[in-house]
Amino acid sequence: MEILTAVIIVSVIGLIAGLGLAIASKVMAVPVDEKAEEIQEVLPGANCGACGFSGCSGYAAALSQGKTTDTGLCAPGGAEVSEAVAKITGLAAGSVTPMAAVVLCQGNKHNTDTKLNYMGVKSCTMANQLFGGPKDCIYGCIGFGDCVEVCPYEAIHICDGVARINPLACRACKMCIKTCPKGLIELMPLHEAKAAVLCNNHEKGAVARKQCKAACIGCMRCVKACEYDAVKVENFCAKVDFEKCIGCGKCHEVCPVKCIDVIEPGKKITAAEVKAK
Amino acid sequence: MKMMLAILLTGILTENFVLAKFLGICPFLGVSKKLNTAVGMSAAVIFVMVLSTAVTYPINILLVKNDLEYLQTIVFILVIAALVQLVEIVLKKYIPALYNALGIYLPLITTNCAVLGVVLLNIENSYTFVQSVMNSLGAGLGFMLAMVMFAGVRERLESCDVPKFLQGLPITLIAASLVSVSFLGFSGIIEGIFG
Repeated sequence: MEILTAVIIVSVIGLIAGLGLAIASKVMAVPVDEKAEEIQEVLPGANCGACGFSGCSGYAAALSQGKTTDTGLCAPGGAEVSEAVAKITGLAAGSVTPMAAVVLCQGNKHNTDTKLNYMGVKSCTMANQLFGGPKDCIYGCIGFGDCVEVCPYEAIHICDGVARINPLACRACKMCIKTCPKGLIELMPLHEAKAAVLCNNHEKGAVARKQCKAACIGCMRCVKACEYDAVKVENFCAKVDFEKCIGCGKCHEVCPVKCIDVIEPGKKITAAEVKAK
Repeated sequence: MKMMLAILLTGILTENFVLAKFLGICPFLGVSKKLNTAVGMSAAVIFVMVLSTAVTYPINILLVKNDLEYLQTIVFILVIAALVQLVEIVLKKYIPALYNALGIYLPLITTNCAVLGVVLLNIENSYTFVQSVMNSLGAGLGFMLAMVMFAGVRERLESCDVPKFLQGLPITLIAASLVSVSFLGFSGIIEGIFG
């Protein structure tokens, strides 16, 4: 008899709880934004924030609620995602130029020396606070790999003390750009030959030269050589305007330290070309 | 009043659920990697602990009346699980900000041993209703204290030069045991104050 009361009490409590939950979930159902969920499934799901919204769900919600009509904001997804999103939302597909991040520094172990024996935490942000890092050049890549850690696509590696990005693995999410304490990383159009100044040293020529063998000395020869007005020198460091540059390579020819170079992110290099370099 | 304060402080310091009673170790080790997740988890635990104590107290009276004390564990698991689900539905509908803040942690603690433990211990200590709620609050706050402290310890551990064979979970367990030992220092303090 006693077991019966026990069974009844537990069953009744279970029944009440179950019914209560069933009713509650019906009464207080929150309408799900189906369009947003559909968009979110198309998005890459890296939550990198390159679109300017709080992760992929934020961008999906903004698109479905009409807060933005630009379907081309997702840099990692590129044109494919833009088209897929446009199909769901009925908006026009945005144009996405595929980009890849490039580290603008050649301050490897051969080109620059170390000024202090850094023993602290292996983090660029930390090392940067101590006299701007262990290398002689305080503008260059520290090489502890904060960008390597933050990259969701494992596209970055430290080669010879300088971060290098595999342009084909890079999805242009800008995570590394936000992380780099020296601001050395920039996006360049993928598969397009453009000249880039692989240096960020703003010291005067003589000082810069002492800090790093590959430092831009601000000699202005590239500015004079450029026929398209694409190169500017500011604070003793040249800068290329990628929109104006056609990748003719005249600036590279005249550069005395060869810190300006024509790069084509994603280009396949043959073994002969590697030997020639 | 003095009694209430004593119960509250006992729950936070001397009888800390994680560090003295070793309940709720899984979230303690699992979610304490970062400070903000630790705070989110502990907030959800405090909330659920107090709420489930308030709900299970009258149910226990019902069980005692029918001589069914041995059903406490199974009935409480049932009730707490249903309650947390209900709270989740209500929060999702009316306070989406809090729902997003608690996020995954709310359903995670549906059958957390710390939550069930505090409810059963309240009965074992034959606390009154107010005392039970106070004890749950203390236990929850103690959980938060342990989580937040340990999250700090772990964030420091991240940048430490740990020998290879101790990296990861082993050093975390050692650190946890040291934090737990340090809490032994509180033993007797409550009797000293309220004695």
